[in-house]
Amino acid sequence: MWEYTDKVKKYFTEPVNVGEIDNPDGVGEVGSLACGDALKLTFKMGEDGRIADAKFQTFGCASAIASSSVLTELIKGKTLEEAAKLTNKDIADFLGGLPKEKMHCSVMGEEALRAAIADFRGEKVQEHDEGEVVCQCFGVTDKEIERVAKANDLHTVEEITNYTKAGGGCESCHEDIQQILDRIWAEEGAKPKIEVKPPTQRKLTNIQKMKLIEETLEREVRPALKADGGDIELIDIDGDKVLVSLRGTCSSCAASQATLSQFVQTKLREFVTEDLVVEEVKP
Amino acid sequence: MSQRVIYLDNNATSQVAPEVVAAMLPFFGEKYGNPSSMHTFGGLVAQHVEQARAKMAELLGADPGELIFTSCGTESDNTAIHAALMSHPDKRHVVTTRVEHPAVLNFCQDLARRGYEVTFLPVDRQGRLDMEKVENAIREDTAIVSVMWANNETGVVFPVEEIARLAKAKGAVFHTDAVQAVGKLPINLKDTAIDMLSLSGHKLHAPKGVGVLYVRKGTRFVPYIKGGHQEHGRRAGTENVPYIVGIGKAAELAAANMQEENSKVRRLRDKLEDGLLAMEATMVNGDREQRLPNTCSVSFEYVEGESILLGLSDLGVCASSGSACTSGSLEPSHVLRAMGVPFTAAHGSIRFSLSVYNTEDEIDFVLEHMPPIIERLRAISPFWAKAKKEGLLAAACQPPGYVEP
Ligand SMILES: Cc1ncc(COP(=O)(O)O)c(C=O)c1O
Repeated sequence: MWEYTDKVKKYFTEPVNVGEIDNPDGVGEVGSLACGDALKLTFKMGEDGRIADAKFQTFGCASAIASSSVLTELIKGKTLEEAAKLTNKDIADFLGGLPKEKMHCSVMGEEALRAAIADFRGEKVQEHDEGEVVCQCFGVTDKEIERVAKANDLHTVEEITNYTKAGGGCESCHEDIQQILDRIWAEEGAKPKIEVKPPTQRKLTNIQKMKLIEETLEREVRPALKADGGDIELIDIDGDKVLVSLRGTCSSCAASQATLSQFVQTKLREFVTEDLVVEEVKP
Repeated sequence: MSQRVIYLDNNATSQVAPEVVAAMLPFFGEKYGNPSSMHTFGGLVAQHVEQARAKMAELLGADPGELIFTSCGTESDNTAIHAALMSHPDKRHVVTTRVEHPAVLNFCQDLARRGYEVTFLPVDRQGRLDMEKVENAIREDTAIVSVMWANNETGVVFPVEEIARLAKAKGAVFHTDAVQAVGKLPINLKDTAIDMLSLSGHKLHAPKGVGVLYVRKGTRFVPYIKGGHQEHGRRAGTENVPYIVGIGKAAELAAANMQEENSKVRRLRDKLEDGLLAMEATMVNGDREQRLPNTCSVSFEYVEGESILLGLSDLGVCASSGSACTSGSLEPSHVLRAMGVPFTAAHGSIRFSLSVYNTEDEIDFVLEHMPPIIERLRAISPFWAKAKKEGLLAAACQPPGYVEP
């Protein structure tokens, strides 16, 4: 179960401003059924130049519904200039925070608002014609990723997924997202905090690691050594250090030693984890 | 949590039967010996472990010597596949399905990354396998075919006995993840060609953290966890005696009551399902014929599953969803996607899974409170009014028996 604040729960169970305004001055529609959440925001301007009324319709989880409802509350009474300054952070803060995997719900709110304001001003809705779609699964563009990353100080692919959903489907765009991040933070003179690991790099338990090391030596390493009349024995595993002893012709041939432990290390890194270091112990 | 709880999430985990708790208690107390010890104090405990094994064997129609106690269903699954691969090093192909539990699916995906070839069999719109595809997938170099007996999300039952025969004919080991089937379907392994079977205690009114792996006599086996000689050298580690006694008791209860329980559970499930289907734009996910008696996966179109679950949870009703928002991923469950359930429905899927502890009263309560929850969410949804206007509903509901072209 997600850890929702009481405010999120309240705005989910008793959302305010549900519905659609007749003859609205601005309409913003974002998301889709396929994506799993969608929001339609409508508002009406008052004669004083302020937003007189705002309503929403949302398909999505509890945090999406709560974020949408709060959005309508936040923009009512504001001038368009004031409303245009609202960000997803304001929505999340008003709710007392959202689980990090749910931040995209607040971003959806901000986007609907931007779309509705653009609609009112008679501008074309941007998003899709501006920028290139990076994440095909959720239709997220590079411009959007860039904007959200900068606004929320996001440095990893995982954070981008939490905020925009980009990269949350087939994952094939992770590298592209990383490149965007590298570029914008290099431009900003900052370095990304953490490198994302490729999806295949799971954290292994000690038992899994031991097993994989044993299996890899058995399958990938030993046959190759045996072909040259040598052999290898696993002595111990100490954290990421793999201690092996080399037997047979290999052990007497000092010249090949360096390349040999290099070979073992390469294989283990390929099939087990990147962090392993192979050391040879003399029998 | 003073509110009453209506627990309809038994495929996630089940209540430990009071009889099981009672049977376990002495082994947390005075009977704490190690079954491997030479003294009588430990030896007496060993007898209880063997009694539990015999009871489980009885439920499965197996020989007690064919059962290995493990720490969970996942360990049983991993062990089975690992054993088949390690004992047939020349065979580097694996057959499984796209709808397996992660305990099998992730293990196999990992194999694929490590150079094994894995065939993930598709399912049709009703969650069924195409037997011709199954047969064609099994090859000479197939080390193991692993197909679940019953699906945890939809309850759809696969013809594993038939698949086991196909595997045997081609010299492949056959393993089935029967975690959701044991205790819900009659099983008699003696009459089948199944080589290995996994089960888990906590789906069977025993505690979490204990499982069983059945390995047919004569099947080549390599232990996954190596160490001491426990379980005849097939699974190292001092036996989790209280839990093993518990799963034995649960097996005894299941064997004695399965038929009667199932007819009761099936009736309640059908009542629940029929009641839910009476609501607009709802549909069942999965083949309604070949299905566990306790499971019902229903989609409520144009609403999102997590919101439904929260609405239910506020009323003390526990269920699950295959929607993206509940899984921590951003896409609906791999099972519903493999079945090609349309997005309109996949995001709004709710799984109810019953047990013998459920009452008619509880089902009535859910049927009374579900419509307002769905109506409220549909009133908020931007798609509902539109769909009603444009009559999109019928298009999304495929007729029964519909097969993806
Ligand atoms: C079909 C299936 N297989 C395996 C498992 C895993 O069992 P356990 O939780 O005991 O590891 C489950 C339970 O979640 C399951 O439903």
